[in-house]
Amino acid sequence: MTLDFSRNLDYFWALLPEIVLSVWAMVVLVAGVSGRHRPGQRTDSEGDPDFGQGATLGWLALAGILVAGFFNGWLYGVTEVGHTSMIAVDHFRLFANWIFLLAGALAILISFSYVYRQRLQVGEFYGLILLAITGMMFMAAARDLIVIFLGLEVMSISVYALTAFNRRDRKSGEAGLKYFLLGAFSTGFLLYGIALVYGATGSTNVVAIGASVANGTARTGLLTVGIALLTIGFAFKVSAVPFHMWTPDVYEGAPAPVTAFMSAAVKAAAFVAFLRVFLVGFDAATTYDIWYPIMWWLAAITMVVANLIALVQSNVKRMLAYSSIAHAGYLLVALTAANATAAAGMLFYLLVYTLMNIGAFAVVIAVSHQSEERLQIEDYAGFGWSNPLLGVLLTIFLLSLAGFPGTGGFMGKIYLLQGAADSGLWVLSVILVLSTMVSYWYYLRVAWFMWMREPVSEGQHDLVTAPLPMRLALVASVALILYMGIFPSSALGFAQASVHGLGSLGGGLLGLRP
Amino acid sequence: MSGAYLPLLLLFAVSVVTAVGMLVLTQIFNPRRPTPQKEMPYESGMIPLGDTRARFSVKFYMVAISFIVFDLETIFLIPWAVQARALGWGPFLAMTMFVVVLAVGLLYEWKKGGLEWD
Repeated sequence: MTLDFSRNLDYFWALLPEIVLSVWAMVVLVAGVSGRHRPGQRTDSEGDPDFGQGATLGWLALAGILVAGFFNGWLYGVTEVGHTSMIAVDHFRLFANWIFLLAGALAILISFSYVYRQRLQVGEFYGLILLAITGMMFMAAARDLIVIFLGLEVMSISVYALTAFNRRDRKSGEAGLKYFLLGAFSTGFLLYGIALVYGATGSTNVVAIGASVANGTARTGLLTVGIALLTIGFAFKVSAVPFHMWTPDVYEGAPAPVTAFMSAAVKAAAFVAFLRVFLVGFDAATTYDIWYPIMWWLAAITMVVANLIALVQSNVKRMLAYSSIAHAGYLLVALTAANATAAAGMLFYLLVYTLMNIGAFAVVIAVSHQSEERLQIEDYAGFGWSNPLLGVLLTIFLLSLAGFPGTGGFMGKIYLLQGAADSGLWVLSVILVLSTMVSYWYYLRVAWFMWMREPVSEGQHDLVTAPLPMRLALVASVALILYMGIFPSSALGFAQASVHGLGSLGGGLLGLRP
Repeated sequence: MSGAYLPLLLLFAVSVVTAVGMLVLTQIFNPRRPTPQKEMPYESGMIPLGDTRARFSVKFYMVAISFIVFDLETIFLIPWAVQARALGWGPFLAMTMFVVVLAVGLLYEWKKGGLEWD
C-alpha cells in the first residue's frame, strides 16, 4: 500500500497505531469508572489473584498495546510518496514504536500488584499510560517540529499526572509538581527554539529545514540561537546534566512502576525526536559545527557527573535515577557522533535499556513489598539467598546496566563506541569507558549487599512477592537481554535496517543520506 | 493600510470611550452612602484579604475545569460553524471527532461524580 499525503485521508492510515491506542485509552478510562466495583475500595483479602478490578483493566490495556503493535507491524508493508510529509512512515519510527509499546506493556505488567496495594485508580492509571505511549509515538513519527511539540505535550502531561498519581503519598505529589513546573519551563525553551528555527529557515518541517540549511538560505544567527534553545529543551527531557536537577526527586517520588516507565520510554521518545531533528534537519556541515561542541560537552559532563553522584546514593530508586542520567550521557555520545552506525547503536541501546531498566525496577518493586518502603540499600542485605530467583534476575539486570559482557547492555555500549569511533570521537569514547568503570561500583554494590551480607533482621524478605504478571515481565526482559547480549546481530541488523534512509533527500555530511 | 482597518479602529475607540465613560460618569452621578463592606476592593464576591493558604472546596476546581473545557469547545466550534457549509465534509468529520472526544470526557466526568455538587 502506498500513501500519498496530498490526500488528507491517507493520514488516517499512517496514524493507525496512534489512533487505536488513543481510542483504547478512552475505552479503558471509561471502563474504569463504569465497573461494578468502585475503584479505590479494597474489599478482598491481600492475596486476591485478580487484584480487585485492576486485573481486568490491566489486561484490557495490554490488549490495546497488542492491537497497536499489530498495526505497527502492518505499517511495514506501507510506503509513502516522497519523504517530506508531516508524519513519517519509515522504519525508524516503527522501531521506536516497538520500544514504546514494549516499555508500556512491561510497565503495565509490573504494576498490577502495586496499583492494587496502593489503591490507585486503575482506569486512569492504565488510560494515562496508553495516552503517554500515544504521545511518544507521535514524537517518533513527527517530521514537523509542531507535531513533535504536540506529541511531547501529550506524553508529558500524561506523565505529570502519573507522577503525582499516588495522592496519599506526599512525595508523589511533590514530585508531580516539580516535574510539572520544570517540564513546562523546558517546553517553553523548546517552543522558543522552534519559533527561532522557523524564523531562520521559513519552515517547521524537518526536511525543509534541512534543505534550507544545506543550500545556505537560512540565517545563521537566528539558527544558532534556535538550535541552542532546542538543545536545551530536549536536554531537559532526556535529563542531560546541567538540566538534570528534577530527575532524582521526580524518579524517587513517583510511583515505582511509573518511574520504570518514564525512565525508559520518555527518555527513548525524547531521544528519538532529538535524533530525527538534529540528524535530518541540522545535518549540514555548517550546522553540525554549531551543535557538535554543545553536544560533546553535554555528553561528557552528563556521563562524568551522573556516575560520580550515583556513587554516594543509598536509596536504590535514587541510584537508578542517577544511573538513568548516566545512560542519557552514553546516548548523547551517539548523537554527537551523528553517523548511521551511532544512530543504529542508539536504537539498539534504547531497546536494551528499556528492558534492563524496567526489569531492575520490577525487582525493586517486589523488594519494596509493592509499595514505597524498603528502598534503602540495606534492605537488600541477604536478599539473594532468601529469594534466589529474584536475586539472580536483579543481578543480571544490574550487570547489564553496568555493561557486563554477555548481556545486552555490553553489546549496546560496544555499538555506541563503534559509532563514536567512526566519527573519531576518541576523547569522548575514553570518557565513556572510564565512567562505565565507575558505574560498576554502584551497580555491583547492590549485588554485593544481596549476596555477601547477612539480612539485617530475621525474616526480612518473607513478604517479598512477585505476582504472575510481574514474573512474565521479568522472564521476558531477562530472556531478551541475554539473547541480545549473546546473539546481538539480529537485533542490530534490525536497528541498522531501521536507520537506513532516515533522511532520504539530498547528500548529507552524516552518512545517513544515500 | 487605509480603509480596511477603519472598523477595527472604530471598535477600539468605542470600547475606550465606553470604559472611560463608565468610570467618569459613575464618579459624577453616583450617590455615595459608603459602608465598610462597600469600601472593600471587589474580587468576585470573596473577601479579598487574608491568608493565601485559605482552603476551599475542591468542587470549585471541578466547575472551573468543566467551564474551561466547554468554553474552549465553543471557541473552536463557532468559527467552524460560521463557515461550515463552505468548508465541506472534511472539517465536519474533524469537528465531529473533536466533539466525540469531548463527549467521552464528559461521560467520564459524569460517571466519576464530577457533576454532582454534594
